[in-house]
Amino acid sequence: MEMDTNLALVLVLAPFLGFLINVFFGKSLGKTVSGIIGTVTVVVSFIVTLFFFNQITSTEKAIQITLFDWIQISNLKINLGFLLDQLSVLWLLFVTGIGSLIHLYSISYMHDDENIHKFFSYLNLFVFFMITLVVGSNLLVLFIGWEGVGLCSYLLIGFWYKNQDYNDAAKKAFIMNRIGDLGLLIGMFILGSMFSTLDYATLQTAIAGATNLNIPLLSLAALCLFIGACGKSAQIPLYTWLPDAMAGPTPVSALIHAATMVTAGIFMVTRLNFVFDLAPDVQMIIAIVGGVTSLVAATIGLVQTDIKKVLAYSTVSQLGLMFLALGFGAYEVAVFHVITHAFFKACLFLGSGSVIHGLHGEQDMRKMGGLRKAMPITFWTMLVSSLAISGVPFFSGFFSKDEILLTAFHHSIPLYVVGSIASIMTAFYMFRLMFLTFFKDFRGTEEQKHHLHESDGLITFPLMILALLATFGGLISLPGNSWLNEYLAPLFTKVAGEEHHLGTTEYILMGVAVLGGLLGIFIAYIKYFKQDNIPESDEKITGLTKVLYNKYYVDEAYDTLFVAPVNALSKFFRDYVETALSAFVLGLGKVTNEIGFQGKKIQNGSIGLYLFVFVLGLCAIVSYIFLAQ
Amino acid sequence: MNVSLILIILLVGAFATYVVGDKLASKVALFFSLAALGCSVVLLNHFLAGENISLINAWITQPKISFALNADGLAIAMLLLTVALTPIIIFSSFGNEYKIAKAFYALILFMAFAMTGTFLAADGLLYYIFWELALIPIYFIALIWGNGDAEERRKAVVKFFIYTLAGSLFMLIAFIYLYQKAGSFLIDDLYKLNLSATEQLWIFLAFFLAYAIKIPIIPFHTWQANVYQKAPTVGTMLLSGIMLKMGLYSVIRWQLPIAPLAAKEYMNIFIALGIAGVIYGSIVAIRQKDLKKLLAYSSLAHVGLIAAGTYTLTIDGLRGAVLQMIAHGFVVVGLFFAAEIIFKRFATREISEMGGIRIQSPKFTSMFLILVLASVALPSTFNFVGEFTVLYSLSQINIWFAVLGGTTIILGAYYMLKMFQNVMLGEANTKTFSDVTINEGISLVAIIAVLLFFGFYPKPITDLITPSLETILNVINKN
Repeated sequence: MEMDTNLALVLVLAPFLGFLINVFFGKSLGKTVSGIIGTVTVVVSFIVTLFFFNQITSTEKAIQITLFDWIQISNLKINLGFLLDQLSVLWLLFVTGIGSLIHLYSISYMHDDENIHKFFSYLNLFVFFMITLVVGSNLLVLFIGWEGVGLCSYLLIGFWYKNQDYNDAAKKAFIMNRIGDLGLLIGMFILGSMFSTLDYATLQTAIAGATNLNIPLLSLAALCLFIGACGKSAQIPLYTWLPDAMAGPTPVSALIHAATMVTAGIFMVTRLNFVFDLAPDVQMIIAIVGGVTSLVAATIGLVQTDIKKVLAYSTVSQLGLMFLALGFGAYEVAVFHVITHAFFKACLFLGSGSVIHGLHGEQDMRKMGGLRKAMPITFWTMLVSSLAISGVPFFSGFFSKDEILLTAFHHSIPLYVVGSIASIMTAFYMFRLMFLTFFKDFRGTEEQKHHLHESDGLITFPLMILALLATFGGLISLPGNSWLNEYLAPLFTKVAGEEHHLGTTEYILMGVAVLGGLLGIFIAYIKYFKQDNIPESDEKITGLTKVLYNKYYVDEAYDTLFVAPVNALSKFFRDYVETALSAFVLGLGKVTNEIGFQGKKIQNGSIGLYLFVFVLGLCAIVSYIFLAQ
Repeated sequence: MNVSLILIILLVGAFATYVVGDKLASKVALFFSLAALGCSVVLLNHFLAGENISLINAWITQPKISFALNADGLAIAMLLLTVALTPIIIFSSFGNEYKIAKAFYALILFMAFAMTGTFLAADGLLYYIFWELALIPIYFIALIWGNGDAEERRKAVVKFFIYTLAGSLFMLIAFIYLYQKAGSFLIDDLYKLNLSATEQLWIFLAFFLAYAIKIPIIPFHTWQANVYQKAPTVGTMLLSGIMLKMGLYSVIRWQLPIAPLAAKEYMNIFIALGIAGVIYGSIVAIRQKDLKKLLAYSSLAHVGLIAAGTYTLTIDGLRGAVLQMIAHGFVVVGLFFAAEIIFKRFATREISEMGGIRIQSPKFTSMFLILVLASVALPSTFNFVGEFTVLYSLSQINIWFAVLGGTTIILGAYYMLKMFQNVMLGEANTKTFSDVTINEGISLVAIIAVLLFFGFYPKPITDLITPSLETILNVINKN
């Protein structure tokens, strides 16, 4: 037990130590050392995670660690404590594993930046908070991590702080997340008052043992928690921050805005599966929001020309699919897709980073093309990942996406259709990206063409590892023989395995999904390879494309509906209400003055008047006393 | 050993500071403020060891007024807030030139004396005297050493003085009425009074007027932004860091237990007023052009939430409110100090004339950011502990109170990050921003250390204040 506690502390604090070292000594240590410290501390966490993983798989017992009392509330006692069980360790594996790779990648990618030590300190801080989020034993420790990763996301989106547009994007991300966070807080308040605990294990026991549960109230809590998840995991209506978050350096997009942080919402819902299972109405909402988000984001992704924006909308869309699965209570399916998505999306982002790096900052796909020959490793790894995300057999995404669609088919045909269309679109825009970037002739400047080269080993090594994982990651949950489902089974109250008999329907659906994916790829091939179309320049875009290109004008709508009115109100309060209130108080002062001034006139020195008033008063007092008796 | 020692140190310190003259005044003042802090820590240990450090001495017999100081956990917490912030505030002014420095620093110590007295007093009239005494030094500090146009400043400061004084007079009337009933000003005697509901309502309202202006609760806040802006930063820190807590503390200490029926009857109205302050203050803050004014409105928003917490009449509400009072005291002093640091370099308080500081001074930017994050109650800062507890207590009264009060986490992030972006980020400013000095750094780091330490480990403070708050709640609930 003692040993577990110490190891858990190492797990959590190693990246924090890296953060401290880089904050205080990073500059003097030099760029490479700073990067190595950043990377090694995360690797340490990864190694400790492997130890815990080994322990959990062999003993199947969760490890609960309590450090000390944190916040005291009358009926709630909130500890700082950790819970290491199947779910948290699984999450830790890819957080610290992919985290290590991305740190390694960043040593090279960020090498020319003068503030690289800052970059690594923020990245380390992020990993620290992400680990806290995952291993917390109660909702409030999760909340430390939850807001902490939001802070790091803010710092890293605005990493190039001289550019106020980037700072705007960072601010937007933080504030939109906080809208969700209020939901999460309210959800906690409701759960806290219902069950007098925010501790996962105690909560589960309390709910399991409760008679006469107030289901409407519990559903309200679940809904509020889901609002929190919408913010962090970029679901409608709180998704617009994620595409803007691409302002951050590309490793950040890969780590935070694709593989790890944005999956926090899915983690939280899975963690509290015993709450959501009791709120079928909320689950329906989750499924619908997830499905609609996946489709809406995919449609926007169809026409984007910035390589990172395509991937960003793709991420929103894929997260939507995960929520679709969560909504049907298929937690293990959602988790499966979280993992495969972490592999192929991290690879795609890092690959796009390699491309951007090679082109000295160019992100517009209209100015790319033909990079296949100059950047073979980047090309092949991205191709593999694109095949995976498109659901081509037998890459990892094929298995996980297929399970989501299967689940959807069994519960709701319309949502199955929505998910399938989104998947076809995904295949299309991913191969649009691939054709525009890697095939045909280079469309950039001569200058850039001259300098085209494959990135160095620190960049290509993580790409290759991730490509391998994107290829074979599906093996952890094969249909009918799922290691993952068995591993996660202790977490869920429902009996797993009932949905996994493979019948004719399943094979037909699988075939349909594969054909859909291939269709998407084929259309992209015709359009961007055969016909050699290049997306038009911004001003020539018209009609539906323009609407999509401008993301349905949702940002503009939010500005008009929320930001502008709040600002107008602020101005109104500042200029009018404040002045009026102030004038009122001053008015009171003036009235007092005036009374004094008028009163002064009475004291005019006329003895006659004084006597008159005196007698009048006397009469009044005497008659009062007389009448009172 | 008893608690009056602290008062003596501060009062003697004020005289000594004046006597040693302009040159040494700041150092002597710092010495005495640190001595007060040291003694308070020793006293805290005595208190925790179970020793009684309160005292009651007969003072004036007709009418019966006692020199009674009550040092329970709650009062000690507020005492510690005062004596911890005072040296920081004094030290933050090092390096500034003040005319008649001896008077300036003497007034600071005198104000600390009066505020400490207010927190400790256990006799209504003694309390009232301290309460009013505290107003005098801040009046002069703001008037003489303030900034901006002298005539405008005089108007703002005089308005503040008369306004708060007028409010307090109603409290005095309430005390005289209570004395008529109880034959004593002693707080325990006042607690024992059995007042009718109508009497309680009037008493409650009279107190409310005094406190609502001091705290301030909207719509009684109109003095605040102008005075915060025009007072010298030291004055603003004293006002926002400590003095406004006098009002909040008094709600818990005097208003609620003396008039509990009224408090219960009209609870929702006063909670709603507090929450209205949260939303109104936050929204007004968004479009402020002057950094100090923006911080003033953010303060309005935060104290609104604290006030709402006190009026819930629950242990969580009271505890959260006190925690948040202390946390807010530190963060607001830190933020005003940061504003002062910028002013010293850029000679402006206009946010639009700032920007591009980060590129010149990353250290200062990091510290400023931590203060901003504490102010928006990021978990792992002390402010989160308080805010979470208060919001939780509100949710137990009515979930909508928590939702509306909770908008502070969204709006607060909005105006604070917007301010941070405009003040600190962007291309380098044309004006040079020299890095923070060691002295400046010490004050900021001290504040940040407090905010982070208690963010993870608020238990010592929680344990200190909880028993006294429970006692007060028992008085409130005795009927």
